[in-house]
Amino acid sequence: MVTNVLERIKKRMHSVMDPELPFLTVMELGMIRGISMEENTAVIELTPTYTGCPATDAITEDIQKAAEEIHSKVIVKLVMTPAWTTDWINDATRTKMAKHGVAPPEGRSADKAFLLGDERIVPCPRCKTNRTKLVSPFGSTACKAHYTCLDCLEPFDHFKCI
Amino acid sequence: MANENASLLLWLADDALILGQRLSEWCGHAAVLEEDIALSNVALDLIGQARALLTLAGQEENQERDEDQLAYFRTDRDYRNLLLLELPNGDFGDTIARQFLFDQFSMLRYEALAKQTANPEVAAIASKAIKEVRYHAAHSAKWIIRLGDGTDESKSRIQKSIDKLWEYTGEFFMDYGCAQAWTDQGVLPSLQSFEQPWLDGVSAILREATLDIPESKWMQKGGRTGYHTEHLSYLLAEMQVLPRTYPNAKW
Repeated sequence: MVTNVLERIKKRMHSVMDPELPFLTVMELGMIRGISMEENTAVIELTPTYTGCPATDAITEDIQKAAEEIHSKVIVKLVMTPAWTTDWINDATRTKMAKHGVAPPEGRSADKAFLLGDERIVPCPRCKTNRTKLVSPFGSTACKAHYTCLDCLEPFDHFKCI
Repeated sequence: MANENASLLLWLADDALILGQRLSEWCGHAAVLEEDIALSNVALDLIGQARALLTLAGQEENQERDEDQLAYFRTDRDYRNLLLLELPNGDFGDTIARQFLFDQFSMLRYEALAKQTANPEVAAIASKAIKEVRYHAAHSAKWIIRLGDGTDESKSRIQKSIDKLWEYTGEFFMDYGCAQAWTDQGVLPSLQSFEQPWLDGVSAILREATLDIPESKWMQKGGRTGYHTEHLSYLLAEMQVLPRTYPNAKW
């Protein structure tokens, strides 16, 4: 019975979208860290992508409402550890990002090349060229950097690798 | 013990909150859109860190104060941030110089806090914050180099900003009263031990920027004991006016 409820909540989480990347779910972004039952209360552990991400409150609310469709008592708990990393985003999700015009995180977060001054090669999600330029490491939301393509001249977002 | 932990958490939280509030003043005013967005993003990260740290400080002090009560209902004398961070933004060079000097310190402090296991709650916040602060530090360092190794005008102005703010950096490394508590618990090494690594990091970037490293001189202090510049009071007045006027306002 309990397992059944938890399974259904988990399934439901696969259709809760991120408000700032509305083509990706909170599951695809790796933000849900655990779903469990404690004394008839479903506890959903959520980890924020960035501490200051203003969407975290909205996401918490969305998750709460979605889970309440399945179980009456739900708590969404914010967990900070282990810290969220783009390494939790799988290849299929990365492909999906690119399809929607957001260049996915390149490589793994352990690669600190950017911080050591080397610019990453971030292919343009539209024309696929490697000839792109970082405009600013801070883009339209906390999780994105702002790039521009030197071939097709389109500006685009890059999902930062952290 | 619990209160020393709460006080030290306020050092971290207030540093983040006050600098975040200052930087947010740039929103809509920076010279180019990209930089406007960048400064606002950094502000947002800092305020996010402050929220997590204030919440934890409230739990530690055990007086049923949450993040909002700590942010909005303390007066200047109860704030524990570094004096550097409350100074008015000045021109873009002043803002970048302040950011650069602090980022280089903040990075070392969060790296140490993320590594330790004596206080897992602090380590959890630090391991998240360090990822953000590395981006801030990379950004401010790039600007220092661009401005220093730029035109005569940009070079002389960023040098002036660095020289002017230098006297506020000594406070980073002062082990006031309760700092010892975290050193004893194995949470954070003595702040003084960060001085040389900080100076090495800052000097390397200033040299690359063809800027002069200011000579150490008399240093300002007071923030950690609640003795602030008058600038903090004005900042708090603006930041706190709404919740103080309508204490239970929700939006």
